Amino acid sequence: MQDSVKPDGITPSQTVGPFFKYGLTPTGDYAWNDAFTNSTLTPDVTGDRVRIEGRVFDGDGVVVPDCMLEIWQADAQGRFADPQDKRALPNASFRGFARCGTDKDGNYSFDTIKPGVVPDPDGKPQAPHILLAVFGRGMLRHLYTRIYFSDEAGNAADPVLALVPAERRATLTAVREAGKPVYRLDLHLQGDAETVFFDV
Amino acid sequence: MTFIYPVDSNKAHPLPLSPDYKSSIKRAPNKPLIPMCHTLSELTGPVYGHETVREGDNDLTTQHSGEPIGERIIVHGHVRDEDGRGVPNSLVEIWQANSCGRYVHVRDQHPAPLDPNFTGAGRTVSDAAGYYRFVTIKPGAYPWGNHHNAWRPAHIHLSVFGHSFVTRLVTQMYFPADPLFPFDPIFNSVPDEKARARMVSSFDLENTQPEWALCYRFDIVLRGKNATPMENH
Repeated sequence: MQDSVKPDGITPSQTVGPFFKYGLTPTGDYAWNDAFTNSTLTPDVTGDRVRIEGRVFDGDGVVVPDCMLEIWQADAQGRFADPQDKRALPNASFRGFARCGTDKDGNYSFDTIKPGVVPDPDGKPQAPHILLAVFGRGMLRHLYTRIYFSDEAGNAADPVLALVPAERRATLTAVREAGKPVYRLDLHLQGDAETVFFDV
Repeated sequence: MTFIYPVDSNKAHPLPLSPDYKSSIKRAPNKPLIPMCHTLSELTGPVYGHETVREGDNDLTTQHSGEPIGERIIVHGHVRDEDGRGVPNSLVEIWQANSCGRYVHVRDQHPAPLDPNFTGAGRTVSDAAGYYRFVTIKPGAYPWGNHHNAWRPAHIHLSVFGHSFVTRLVTQMYFPADPLFPFDPIFNSVPDEKARARMVSSFDLENTQPEWALCYRFDIVLRGKNATPMENH
């Protein structure tokens, strides 16, 4: 091992600030290439392709134009593209991660596939869900939430949703639009409609 | 190796609401975060390696036709876990202002010059021992509108992945003995003095390259402990 002593703690978080775009989400606007886009889709990925979109609001109901959102999810069979998932690894180039900056009107969107069922630590099935991390100016540390899908019967028995007061579960549930594989979920960083964030 | 991620380690982070940092007032949740057990979703994370990084992406001084203006520096260190082990193959992304304290971002209106030879973005992947290295320009301090005569201490923004989605870290690396530290609400949003010190790089004379560049060392410590610690020998 290299010369090290045990650290006296982790490195604290600091805000992503207002000027991350040219580094983290340049999307053609700056002289830098994107490591990530807002899509997890790969040519060989299997499963139902869906779009998740919405807007981000602050405590005054004002749109947040300088958020960065990241998603992490299993594939359609409920497997993660990470060797730490000791079950059978995905056989596609799907990686399950994407990143999106909000636009001037607070809009975000992700193109992905609907994930499969992932077991909880007791082996109980969790309803299909996507992890979402929210970064932004004014946010000293990112916040973690989850995206569930309105048309999944498994939500009723999901062990994590069960931890959330019933009246707040809608803040975690992306609602399917009629006739389209599009789900909408707005995020509220603060206020009456505040999104549920998890202490993980 | 199996890792655990004690929630207690998060006490090093700032609280979401830090009223001296005005932008946090309307963007911090009012309701308490809901505790939950980590499931496979939290315990795994994106895996990105060398294929994500192009040759030269860790040198911010060679991305344009000429050399940027300013003080050339080396920034290096290890990405580690809470036990001190190096975190290998972790993507490290950085972005920063130029030597005059101006970001290339279109919304930065600080009346300081842009440098046509400096974008200010870079990335690299930690090696098998967790080691990473960048060459860049020392960023300048800059004013911001938080309060009267507010200036940010010089800093480099860092984004690091680590072993799982809950090790994800976005932070800022500061420079030693910056006189602006006592006045910066973002730096001081971290309540513990020792934790604040972990955001400050150290001057590294040993790895300073004669006739070429000063060096700063910055170790990044991510969440994650060995779930099955070895007996002490």
